[in-house]
Amino acid sequence: MIYQGKQRIWSEYQKEIPTDHWFYVRSCIRQSFFPASEKTFLEILRQRLGKDVYETPHHTTCGGIAYHSEAIPQETMMTIIARQFALMTEAGYENYVCSCITSFGLYSEVIEDWREFPELEAKIRENLWKATKREFKIPTYLAHASDLIYKFRNEIAEQAKFRLVNKATGEPLRVVEHIGCHYSKMFPSKGVGGAEYPYVLAGMVESWGGEVIDYPERRHCCGFGFRQYLVRANRGYSVSNTHKKFESMEPFKPDMIITNCPGCPYFLDRWQYVIAEQTGKTYGQDGYGIPVFTYEEVAGLVLGYDPWDLGLQTHQVAVEPLLDKMGIPYKPEDKYKGLNGKELQRPEFPMNIKCC
Amino acid sequence: MSQNVVVIGGGPAGIEASRRLRDLGYTPILVEKQPVLGGHLARWDRLFPDGVEARTVLGPMLQDLDGIKYFTDTEISSINRLKDTWVVMLSNGLSAQVRAILLTTGFDLFKAEKKEEYGYGIYERVITNADLEDWFKAGAAPQFDHVHTIGFVHCVGSRDEKAGNRQCSKVCCVTAVKQACEFKEKYPDVTVYCFYMDLRMFGRKFEDLYLKAQKDYGIRFVRGRVSEVSEDLDGHLFVKAEDTLFGKPMKIKMDLLVLMAGMAPAAGTSDLARMTNISVGDDGFFVPSSIVDAPCSSSREGIFFAGTATGPKTIPETLSEAAAAAMAIDRYLKTPAKR
Amino acid sequence: MIDFGYGLTPSATLKIENVQNPLFEELHRREPDVAKCIACGSCTASCSAGVFTEMSLRRVILSLQRGREKETLPMLRHCMLCGKCLLVCPRGINTRHLILSIGKVYGPDGLKEEADR
Repeated sequence: MIYQGKQRIWSEYQKEIPTDHWFYVRSCIRQSFFPASEKTFLEILRQRLGKDVYETPHHTTCGGIAYHSEAIPQETMMTIIARQFALMTEAGYENYVCSCITSFGLYSEVIEDWREFPELEAKIRENLWKATKREFKIPTYLAHASDLIYKFRNEIAEQAKFRLVNKATGEPLRVVEHIGCHYSKMFPSKGVGGAEYPYVLAGMVESWGGEVIDYPERRHCCGFGFRQYLVRANRGYSVSNTHKKFESMEPFKPDMIITNCPGCPYFLDRWQYVIAEQTGKTYGQDGYGIPVFTYEEVAGLVLGYDPWDLGLQTHQVAVEPLLDKMGIPYKPEDKYKGLNGKELQRPEFPMNIKCC
Repeated sequence: MSQNVVVIGGGPAGIEASRRLRDLGYTPILVEKQPVLGGHLARWDRLFPDGVEARTVLGPMLQDLDGIKYFTDTEISSINRLKDTWVVMLSNGLSAQVRAILLTTGFDLFKAEKKEEYGYGIYERVITNADLEDWFKAGAAPQFDHVHTIGFVHCVGSRDEKAGNRQCSKVCCVTAVKQACEFKEKYPDVTVYCFYMDLRMFGRKFEDLYLKAQKDYGIRFVRGRVSEVSEDLDGHLFVKAEDTLFGKPMKIKMDLLVLMAGMAPAAGTSDLARMTNISVGDDGFFVPSSIVDAPCSSSREGIFFAGTATGPKTIPETLSEAAAAAMAIDRYLKTPAKR
Repeated sequence: MIDFGYGLTPSATLKIENVQNPLFEELHRREPDVAKCIACGSCTASCSAGVFTEMSLRRVILSLQRGREKETLPMLRHCMLCGKCLLVCPRGINTRHLILSIGKVYGPDGLKEEADR
């Protein structure tokens, strides 16, 4: 691999990301899948970096799940998004950042559609006015939350307590970076680094000391896909896609996976359990899986947050092997304790994949 | 004193036209921006369909430049119309006032790195048709050991609207087949694949070459476009395509992948079009006044074309067009100027 | 093992990497013309057997080239060696002779196995 070749491509896909004053919207599912990720994001930006990030309890779903599973028509989805933009406008912001990749793709798509078909935008403005008496401006800058962490990756590195380095050997950790399909595959120019060799997560990994693995099925979907997963009969297709990725990355012996989408870390994490129980095969060392993280969780670990405060006990694949490699201290007895030491239920342990 | 004619572009079209103009009694001023004459032909090793060495075509042309004033490393600074003449300023400070200019500006090889999914410039084992000619010419073996399987990807930057090149580059099909056969000749144990969309074997003996590739060399033709390339742990390539005839996606591990970069308009085309106020087509190539029966004349008086400046062509087509352009210029210059 | 009600789907991708295809190489040695097929489909379109069965010589040749003969060789059972394809092949392939050679190279076993099904 010729690293300079990738650098040349990355230099062609740089997007402008303002450094301050953002209107933040959450994801529908991430708070239950990865309970501390969004909280960590806000904390890093506000407390660690002193940025102004505004949130409102009035925001809703972007309509993405319903839209992609064909439960609502395009016009409805667009009006929901128009309302989100109206909340931003009313709060006096112009920079819009979202936590979800599906949302990010949808916002990009809607803005592009309106640019192409102004009559459609006019219609949506009318819909929104009739329904809510609200008006909106289209955001000047649209970013995904991972764009912001990417933007501040070096500031985070400066405050780092731990690095993506194997403490015992001093070698960089081998990291698989996996980008949500809707981050840049639809609009390569909207993603840092483009679609073929995205840099948004690779940049974080490099800044924090790790080494990115370029494995053959790097571009392949995680296997989520609303239609594949929502219908049980199709789930075999979903898990087969994930299986394909793991088979491809296995020879590279990755230490961890970093992702920027709500669905990818969930499926890359949970399907390892299903694959193990169906075929007996695990992909990590010594019968463990390969730990999968959101970029906020990784940033949190680098900054020295307590792993259990980051919600890592909700992962299916045990994160302890990685914590040990990075030299992050943790108390095993606190793993299943919630806020204020409240005892959470202990999960049942699977048969074929080691979970500490 | 004989009349000057400015010829812009010192590839086969420019050299051949200059020789013809000289033979007709003119003094061609041949301008080439590269340090040497010969254009892409100077880089090529062998030519389809028979594998004639490129130097046997170019060599005699370069031996026969008496009476031609040529300037290498020289670009055009400006072209202006003055009454019935054109005033051409060169980057070396010289200028010429002529009645006729011949544009033989040729083409640029499509920049294969634009097809990001193929990883040219990223994966060491992905090369272009031109790189392979360099290897053949240097007589060097592939820089990688143990080459078992190689592939040729047709239509890289040709018939590709997304890459901004809608046109068929015409010569790559037969070039790929030629290079595949050459490779097989040098390394008979290598398995060679050609990934094509259509095979356009339009010229005399091209079909024979294709038949030979199938029958004698056992080149494996797969009708399908390569969709993406990635690297394996050991640095080998992992190539995906659809076998459209079989109706299934396919993947294959390869030791070398050759991208058949097509013909794109030469970089200076639009500048020259602006200076002379002539038009370029949607495809970015110059537009002749009639593609059927006046391929060498332009919409402006005194501006002529030859070769791939007006779209993809083979070497013989280019050479005959160069001769035709010289005749057209001669006829034009023998007609008294209109005032 | 747990039954989740769904499972891994086998890959439909043709894996032709390192297809060392000795049988096809042997066929190519006996019948060099087999490689001349351009998959135009004239043989299949004119095939007497193809009207009523799955028989397609185009597909048989392609699957032999791709090392997937198991999938298509049974088609040849329907061939009546009428020679119509020989008349229409633009590449001048002696299709009748080719089919007989396929039978020889791929052996009666490959065909018999399927016939017993």
